[in-house]
Amino acid sequence: MQFIQLTISGIAQGCIYGLIALGFVLIYKATETVSFVQGDLMMLGAFAGLALMTFLGFPFWLAVVSSIAAMGVAGVALERVVIRPILGQPAFSIVMLTIGIGYVLRGLITMIPVIGTDTHVMPVPYKDQVWNVGALVLNVEQMVVILCTALLCLLLFAIFKYSKVGIAMQASSQNQLAAYYMGIPVKKLNGLVWGLASAVAAIAGLLLAPITFVHANMGFVGLKAFPAAVVGGFGSLPGAIVGGLVIGLVESMAGFYAPEGWKDIAPYVVVLVMLWVKPNGIFGDTLRKKV
Amino acid sequence: MRFIFKTDYAQDIRLAKHGGQVFWYGLMMLLLVLVPWFAPEYWLTQLTFVLIYSVAGLGLMLVAGFTGQFSIGHAAFLGMGAYTHAVLTNMGVPFPVALVLAAALSAVTGVVIGVPALRVKGIYLGMATLSFGFIVQELFTRWDSVTGGNKGMHVKAPDIFGWKLESGEEFYYLCLVLTTLCTLAILNLLRSSTGRAFVAIRDSEVSAQSMGIHLARYKTTSFALSAAITGIAGALYAHKLQFISPDQFSLLQSIELLLLIVVGGLGSVHGAFLGAIFLISMPQLIALSKDYLPPAIGMAPGLQGVVFGVVLIAFVLFEPMGIYGRWLKIRTYLQIFPFYRKGMFKRQKSFQKSDRLS
Repeated sequence: MQFIQLTISGIAQGCIYGLIALGFVLIYKATETVSFVQGDLMMLGAFAGLALMTFLGFPFWLAVVSSIAAMGVAGVALERVVIRPILGQPAFSIVMLTIGIGYVLRGLITMIPVIGTDTHVMPVPYKDQVWNVGALVLNVEQMVVILCTALLCLLLFAIFKYSKVGIAMQASSQNQLAAYYMGIPVKKLNGLVWGLASAVAAIAGLLLAPITFVHANMGFVGLKAFPAAVVGGFGSLPGAIVGGLVIGLVESMAGFYAPEGWKDIAPYVVVLVMLWVKPNGIFGDTLRKKV
Repeated sequence: MRFIFKTDYAQDIRLAKHGGQVFWYGLMMLLLVLVPWFAPEYWLTQLTFVLIYSVAGLGLMLVAGFTGQFSIGHAAFLGMGAYTHAVLTNMGVPFPVALVLAAALSAVTGVVIGVPALRVKGIYLGMATLSFGFIVQELFTRWDSVTGGNKGMHVKAPDIFGWKLESGEEFYYLCLVLTTLCTLAILNLLRSSTGRAFVAIRDSEVSAQSMGIHLARYKTTSFALSAAITGIAGALYAHKLQFISPDQFSLLQSIELLLLIVVGGLGSVHGAFLGAIFLISMPQLIALSKDYLPPAIGMAPGLQGVVFGVVLIAFVLFEPMGIYGRWLKIRTYLQIFPFYRKGMFKRQKSFQKSDRLS
């Protein structure tokens, strides 16, 4: 019973990691740059939802939808203003740029008087409820995380498989130049990908908020999403989710069975082992540039 | 305008390119040696920190600026150096021996971390170093029989075979000597075939490989040397603060080191020093400017983060060569005075360089 309980909470946590990892795998696939800002976008999404719900008094669903939409727009704007001007520069520059954006976002949130430095509780309708299934005690917040992630994955799958935009995104992520020659507006798509990634990050933030609290440093959870992406194979969308689940489960098990302190570093140990054993991840392609 | 007419190879690899450089660097050295006589204690401390961060910056610059591999966990090497050195010093090992051992241990861990990650593409090295950084920090916290855990540990004054350096001035000179040695070592390395191999790898792995450069070996070498130099900086850092705890070697420290080299100027030795000056003086400048800002902004806790972030974004967007790049432009402008054209340092438009097979 204990084991199943741990598994469920691990999966819930893993879904969050997976969603954040999904964000930067999307960006990595499309623009071949690594975004360190994903965790902070998640934090921003959670704060947006919180602000709409508690300070502006939006009803729950409206607040959720509008904060996700707002974050999507913010992602597009971010790409347009700071990322696009340096496309084509070394990956290192863009990594530093996203780290800088993360600093600014975190700082700006902290600078808001009173609200920024506090920890908040997200008032969701399903707060602190439990379902009793046999001897299992299921936390509704965790079940919501798992369900939403599953739905979101189906939705994204459908978008990439059937919609025109999704297919164009796939094409441009495989070969930008060829996609451009085929008449696909690659630059516009990159903007959309950033929008999509930050919307996904906002969803992750809104899902995570009831489980933990909303505060300026919650974006550091994003750092555990890197192990997820590496384990799944950088550049594979299903890999991101699977990697997230692996990391979540490992963390949850290590928290219970391993000595104290292992919980926080277990994901990173997994990454190092993964890099030794199978550097390209579970779903990663092993293609290498040849001369 | 100065024209250097090179007639032989020895002239090409000479460290000082012309008499002007000898003069100015000599003057700078002289000033640095004389500083303790006229600078107040506080400024001497800040200058010592600048030197220590310069050494750490040099270490990271070697791997990020010259070999083109980026590491997001360099604070771990700083910590490895600091803790190894602190433990050895407290056991009574003389300073030079402890320093060499600290550097060696950092280098060995650098190799262990580097080997798997260096076989694959750049971003994986970033991930491996990130993970390594977290693990090392946790190790410092948990292994409290040696490191003192979260309570931290005190570090005794350096002891060079019975000669104890207890005053700030003595320690400043120690830092100055070590910084000079490290800088000379880096400069010397960069003009050797190894250093040129590093730069070749940075510019294009594919062409470096086809010129017969063993990628993995040189990347690992660069990583190990970088870790060793950062370890030395860590040892000095431990002595300067006289107290170390695990949270000084967190991810934020690693990011500050990255900030240092990007702001200073990626791919230049000067950049490490300029970046260190920036990193040390920035918090002071922010503190000074607080009096002139409206209290809602000036007193806000996130101000420093915002300023750091904005500076970082501004440099990446507008001056990717950092402070040193700006100085190069100003110098060129002055040297060729009326003939400077706007586009002389313009970045070339380039297509996205892809690591993928396509």
